[in-house]
Amino acid sequence: MIPGSFDYHAPSSLDEAIKLLNDLGDDAKILAGGHSLIPMMKLRLAEPVHLVDINGLSDLDYIKEEDGFLYIGAMTRESTLETSELIASKYPILKDTSEVIADPLVRNLATVGGNIAHGDPANDHPATMVALDAEIVVHGPVGMLSGGERTISVDEFFVGPLMTALEENEILTAIKIPTPEGKSGASYLKLERKVGDYAIAGVAAALHFDGETCSKVGIGLTNVGPTPVRASEAQASLVGTTVSQEDADNAGEMAAVASQPVGDHRGSEDYKRAVVRTLTSRAIMQAKKRAEGGN
Amino acid sequence: MATQSITINVNGEARTAEVEDRLLLVHFIRDNSGLTGTHIGCDTTHCGACTVLLDGTAVKSCTVFAIQANGREVTTIEGMEGEALHPLQEGFMEEHGLQCGFCTPGMIMSSKHLLDKNPTPSEEEIRWGISGNLCRCTGYQNIVKAVQYASNKLQETTIEGGE
Repeated sequence: MIPGSFDYHAPSSLDEAIKLLNDLGDDAKILAGGHSLIPMMKLRLAEPVHLVDINGLSDLDYIKEEDGFLYIGAMTRESTLETSELIASKYPILKDTSEVIADPLVRNLATVGGNIAHGDPANDHPATMVALDAEIVVHGPVGMLSGGERTISVDEFFVGPLMTALEENEILTAIKIPTPEGKSGASYLKLERKVGDYAIAGVAAALHFDGETCSKVGIGLTNVGPTPVRASEAQASLVGTTVSQEDADNAGEMAAVASQPVGDHRGSEDYKRAVVRTLTSRAIMQAKKRAEGGN
Repeated sequence: MATQSITINVNGEARTAEVEDRLLLVHFIRDNSGLTGTHIGCDTTHCGACTVLLDGTAVKSCTVFAIQANGREVTTIEGMEGEALHPLQEGFMEEHGLQCGFCTPGMIMSSKHLLDKNPTPSEEEIRWGISGNLCRCTGYQNIVKAVQYASNKLQETTIEGGE
């Protein structure tokens, strides 16, 4: 399959890339890892007139901790996240997430920024970022916004299927995640029919404890709604508890109610809700185990 | 229709062509370079038959534009054989790691990337490493054995070479 014709641009700096986007308007698409966009272009579901390839912006490829936050540069490859020692030791939920995205070959090129900027509720990072209360850092033309940079909370970033709060002339440049303090743990679980498929459903859970008592919870759901779904009632139900198996099962029931799955070739609506219920309970218990120092 | 002149080093040989911006790397390899060992299977980023190394990293060449490889190095199955067959090629032959052979070039290039990063993978790591490559014949068992054969042979060669 051959994509439609387009003009290719390969800016060598972020400023140049933003200027191109600003000049070209909605005829332009950003090419990051390309593993969502190029298949869509081959199927002619996307026919951009201009492609702005940001693979040359190697300064957007980093993982670092700074001022109480983990920053993941937008051009960080999934394979980099998957094999990072920092991620494995302090943010295992991000390793959980990256290693179930598509397959190893795709992950060699696919980027964390692209997985989020694509705005696909079937992608895996969005739910994880919901659970972690991440912020999305974007850059646009200087003057239009404060200094060209703004930060969008993850709950405001995802607007609908393949729709985000990004403006046409903005580029997602980083993901900002609060560094976990004290006793905390997080986990992402995904059920897929086979390696490489989108989730039937996926659940991200992040727990913080004050002693034995759960003090803060984030739960995000993959591919059971028009955007990643935050299971707010399930979150609230765990706060103040010790997160027993019963508490986790109870939260699973609430997450199943909060989910908005559509029946398709991956399963019926009822089946997907059942998957959400079970995965939520399991992800919560694994997050608790990690908070207590386990894996 | 936008075209540009690009040069890609394929298996050690610089190949220059005037290409459309939308030309996929797999077509540059097969049509412009005449190297048909790299196969087009699903053409939808699932099957891995088109896997090549781009600057040493295994990628699906149906999901990369040729222009993105401009000035870079590509290794295809044709670039694997040196004085003799590469231990991976030998392994696939010795262990019957193929039946129809359609997935084999991609399997070998993915396995090359795997062994470059992890010379002594466990069976699970091999299965994980080739999970982006689909085979409809073998049931994968002999492919895993073929990669293990290559891993062992490369280890022996390394040890002998070090003496």
